[in-house]
This record gives sequence, structure tokens and C-alpha cells, in this order.
Amino acid sequence: MFHSSKALIRNPRLALAVGIGIAVLLQLGGGWIDPYTTQVVLFAAINVILAVSLNLVMGETGQFSLCHAAFMAVGAYTSALLTGKALPTLLPHLSWTGSSWASQVFFLPVLLIGGFVAALSGFIVGGPSLRLRGDYLAMVTLGFGEIIRVLLQNANFVGGARGMEGILPATNLFWAVGFAVLTVYTMIALVRSTYGRGFQAVRDDEIAAAAMGIDTTRVKVTAFVIGAFFAGVAGGLYAHAVEFISPEGFNFLRSFEIIVMVILGGLGRPVGVAIAAILITLLNEWLRDLSQYRMVVYALIIILFMILRPAETLRPLLSRVLPGRKSAAS
Amino acid sequence: MTSAGTPLLEARNCSLRFGGIAALTDVSLRIDKGELVGLIGPNGAGKTSLFNILTGVYRPTDGEVLLEGRPVTGLAPHRINRLGVARTFQNIRLFGSLDVRMNVRTSFIARLRGGLLEVVRRGKKFRSEEREIQEEGRRLLAYFGLEEASILPSRSLPYGDQRRLEIVRALATRPRLLLLDEPAAGMNPTEKEELKQLIARIRAEFGTAILLVEHDMKVVMGICERLVVLDRGSLLATGTPAEVRADPKVIAAYLGEQHGEEES
Ligand SMILES: Nc1ncnc2c1ncn2[C@@H]1O[C@H](COP(=O)(O)OP(=O)(O)O)[C@@H](O)[C@H]1O
Ligand SMILES: [Mg+2]
Repeated sequence: MFHSSKALIRNPRLALAVGIGIAVLLQLGGGWIDPYTTQVVLFAAINVILAVSLNLVMGETGQFSLCHAAFMAVGAYTSALLTGKALPTLLPHLSWTGSSWASQVFFLPVLLIGGFVAALSGFIVGGPSLRLRGDYLAMVTLGFGEIIRVLLQNANFVGGARGMEGILPATNLFWAVGFAVLTVYTMIALVRSTYGRGFQAVRDDEIAAAAMGIDTTRVKVTAFVIGAFFAGVAGGLYAHAVEFISPEGFNFLRSFEIIVMVILGGLGRPVGVAIAAILITLLNEWLRDLSQYRMVVYALIIILFMILRPAETLRPLLSRVLPGRKSAAS
Repeated sequence: MTSAGTPLLEARNCSLRFGGIAALTDVSLRIDKGELVGLIGPNGAGKTSLFNILTGVYRPTDGEVLLEGRPVTGLAPHRINRLGVARTFQNIRLFGSLDVRMNVRTSFIARLRGGLLEVVRRGKKFRSEEREIQEEGRRLLAYFGLEEASILPSRSLPYGDQRRLEIVRALATRPRLLLLDEPAAGMNPTEKEELKQLIARIRAEFGTAILLVEHDMKVVMGICERLVVLDRGSLLATGTPAEVRADPKVIAAYLGEQHGEEES
């Protein structure tokens, strides 16, 4: 047992294969799982993707992004438009129900396109603001989140403020768990490489990183774009799991929820962040009837965490958010 | 004193102002291939500022920086590093959350051949490249006596070792010119002696030219071929250690002030 878990750590591709295998087994042999539990697992998997991808930006690279839910929205709306309008119009003779083979086969490219459009929007937002020294990113991402929300509220072809309903229920355990495994794998594989140490070098000391030949802007934009891509995929999975999306579902509070997962998971520890995402998902289910107090609970958790493990929580965040950190090279 | 040929690095009439403060005024400097030049001057003289314009951290308000005759004024720091100039910092700037090995490994990022997908796929090319980098990093750490510490967090190292690691990390970028900003600051006499030997070994092994900022006159006088003296942002004197030591202006501005003063 110990031996095999060690082998998984040493051979990430084996871990990936095992994870995907579990996703397939869940899908094929999971008929006994009741619909409610299935939905909780889907939400947990989607939250894992969101949290682990934001962790690359916030935890590994030290960039404070406040619009992860907006990238999720871009992926959700893009993929919902594809399955709801584009595909049935282009291929009307195929059957477009949630479990039909056509929707299952086309779901992969649909999710990936959602991810790419989200990545593109990440590039447009992150490109210019990450080039600047200082902490513009928090402000720009806060603004971008609002812009996306307002745009969606006023876009009638996607239902405006009422949102889009009747989305194809194509998300199942295979896609959600499979993508969660793939995301965790990608993040760990990325960071555990010479290339990936660049993210952490930029987080620890941008000036020293640049002096060692690292193109820090490029590193930050790369982390941001990869993060946005996976958030977009998560958005697609989410839209096709709940069958209904609205602009309010992707507001700042949703971004904040993902930030809480990343902080609780220990900023820069992909596995910890994935576990935190699962725990928060369960917490949300328990608090379902008290959802108006959710933010209060999150705030309390964060405060408790800061008291218990102040160094880990505060250092990476405050060094970014507060002015006067060592900036001039000396 | 001027040697023939294009200098490795040249600063021509460089000035740097921060609002009303003139950190550097009309400073010119040349460093030849393989040369060891000492840069001295009292606190606030502009030594670190000069490093910052040579490495692209700041763009000089006036003047030009040339690397082998090619203008590099205002190029981004990572570009200047890739052209062969590496540095250490007066206030140590290691990657605190990374271990000693990984601190050195970051210096290889700029030379990576494989792309992102290759990293995620972990294919053969990726694995062989990682192995090469690992091996070169290990050799460098061994050469400078840090092999034992390789899996320790860099911030847990003793002060002298942190300074040494910063030098190794800079060397791992394979520079032709190494800028050392007060590497002996805070070192005890034994560590300073070791540092002198370290500098000699770097030159012997890698042929790297070095620009050394140092407060301890014994260190600079002992090993530098040529000294450049800055005072209040201007070039005060330049020459061999003997010439500089005998220069009345230098004695007045620097040696006089330093006399009997504790090292900071
Ligand atoms: N980023 C900065 N902003 C404002 N003034 C600076 C900055 N960097 C250096 N200076 C000023 O430039 C002058 C030279 O400083 P510095 O280059 O650090 O000197 P040295 O390294 O010789 O001690 C000092 O007066 C210092 O206060
Ligand atoms: Mg200085």
C-alpha cells in the first residue's frame, strides 16, 4: 500500500492513468449512487478544478486574482451556447439529449473551446496588467469580474439577468472527475519541473527572478492564462451539470469562495487545495438552508486559519497586497 | 590602462535621477573580458544604482550601456541576463521558499528547450533535459561546497552560505560578467578570506569578468586589478589599487571617512 502510493507520487503519469480509470469506473459502475450524491460529487470535482487552477496563479505565482468566477462564466456561457444553439443547428439530424452519444462525443471539444475562450479573455485581462510592476492585478480582475457580469446581464441572446435554462445535462461523473484528475495532474506536473520553479521564483522575488534570466511577465501571464483555461472548463462542466446559469452565479462572491479554498488548502499545495475544495463543497451542502450566512462562515474560517497558521496564510497574500514590500533592487 | 578591443561592458556618461535626487551623475566605466574590477565608495555613493542600470532594473536618465559594443540601455533585466550579465544583491534575494537545489535550478529556465506541453507530457526529451540540468546544478553546488545543503530550504542556511548560494545561482546562468554587490557584508574574517578564494576560483574556472562592490578595503585592494571610486554619484577616481590609495581625493572622500569606522 505504502509502496504503491509512493510509486504514484514518483510516476505522475501512472497517477493520471489511475485517476482517469477511477472516473471511468464511477461512470460505468456508479448506477447505485443516488442523484443527490452524484450532484455533490460533480460539484466537488468542479470546485477542485477551480481551486487548483486558481492556486497556480495565487499560490504558486503569488498573483492576487479576484475574477476566477468570471473565467468560469466565460466557459459556461460559451459551452452552453455551443451545445444549446450551435451544435443542434449545425447537426440537426443527431439526437441532442444529455446522454446521447452525439452530446457525449462533442462534449470534449465543447469544454475545450470554453476553456480556450476563457484563456483568451485571461490573456486580454492579464497581459497588460501583469506587465506593470505593482499590484494592479487585484483591481483589474475585480473590474473585469464586474464587467463580465454586467455584459451578461445585458446580453439578451443569453437570457440577460434571467440567465440561460434548459442546458443539455451532458456533465457526468466521468467528465467531472476525469477533468478534476487531469487538472490536478497538470498542475503538479507543471510545478515539479525546472520550468515550474519559475512560478515560485516569481512569487518569492520578482526582481531576483528577472536577474536570473526569467521573463517574469511571461511567467505570470502563462500562469494566469492556464488558470483561466481550467476555470473555463470548470464553467462548462458546471453549466451542463446544473442545466441553468445566470450572471449572478459567477459574481465576486463565487470568486471569493474559490479564493477561500486556495487559502485553506495552504497556498501552493495542489493536493491540499483539492482537499479544501472538497471540504468546502461539503460545507456548502450542510449550509444549504443557511446560504445567506455562507460568507460569514467563510470569513470566520479564514480568520480562524489566520490565527492558527498566520505565517502561511498571511505572508504570500500581504506581500502582494500591501505596498512597501521590497521593490527596489538592492 | 586602456586595453585594445571592444570592452565587455561599457557605461557611457550614465546619469540616474530619482525625482530630485541624483543617484548617478555622468558616470563612465569599462570592464574588459575576464577582468576583476573593484567598485568602491561610501554609503549612498551610487554603487547599487550603477548595478541597477547595468542590469536593466533602472533605465539611466542619460547615457548608454553597451555590452560588447552593442547598446543594451534599458533592456529588460532578463534580457540583459541572457546576454551574459548576472548579479547578486546587497540585501540577499534568494528564493526563500525553494530549497538550495531549486534556487540554482531557476537559473536554467531561460535556456530550456522544451515547451509547456512537453513539461506536462513528461516525455523523453523532457526527462533527459531535466537530468542534464540536475547534473549541472549538482556539479556547481559541489564545486562551491554547498552540496551537503542542497535539500535545505535556502532561508535556513547560515548567512555566509546564503551569500555563496546567491553567487552560485548567478553563475548558473553562465555569465560572462558577474556583478557582486557587497558579497562580504556581514561576513567574519574567515568567511571573507574564503570569499576571496571563491572569487579567485570563479575566475580560474569560468573566466568570468567580475565587478565587485566591497566596503572592506583589505578585500578589494588585495584582489582587484583595477578600482573605480564613486562618491555622491560621480566618478571620483579610477586606477590600480596603489594609484587609488595614493589619490588625495579618494583619501579625503572615502578612506578618510572610513577610518576607524565600524563596518556596517
Ligand atoms: N529607488 C530609489 N528611489 C529613490 N532614491 C534612491 C533609490 N535607489 C537609490 N536611491 C538614492 O540614490 C543614492 C545612491 O544609492 P545607492 O546606489 O544605493 O548607493 P550605494 O549602493 O553606493 O550605497 C542614495 O542617495 C539613495 O538614497
Ligand atoms: Mg549599495
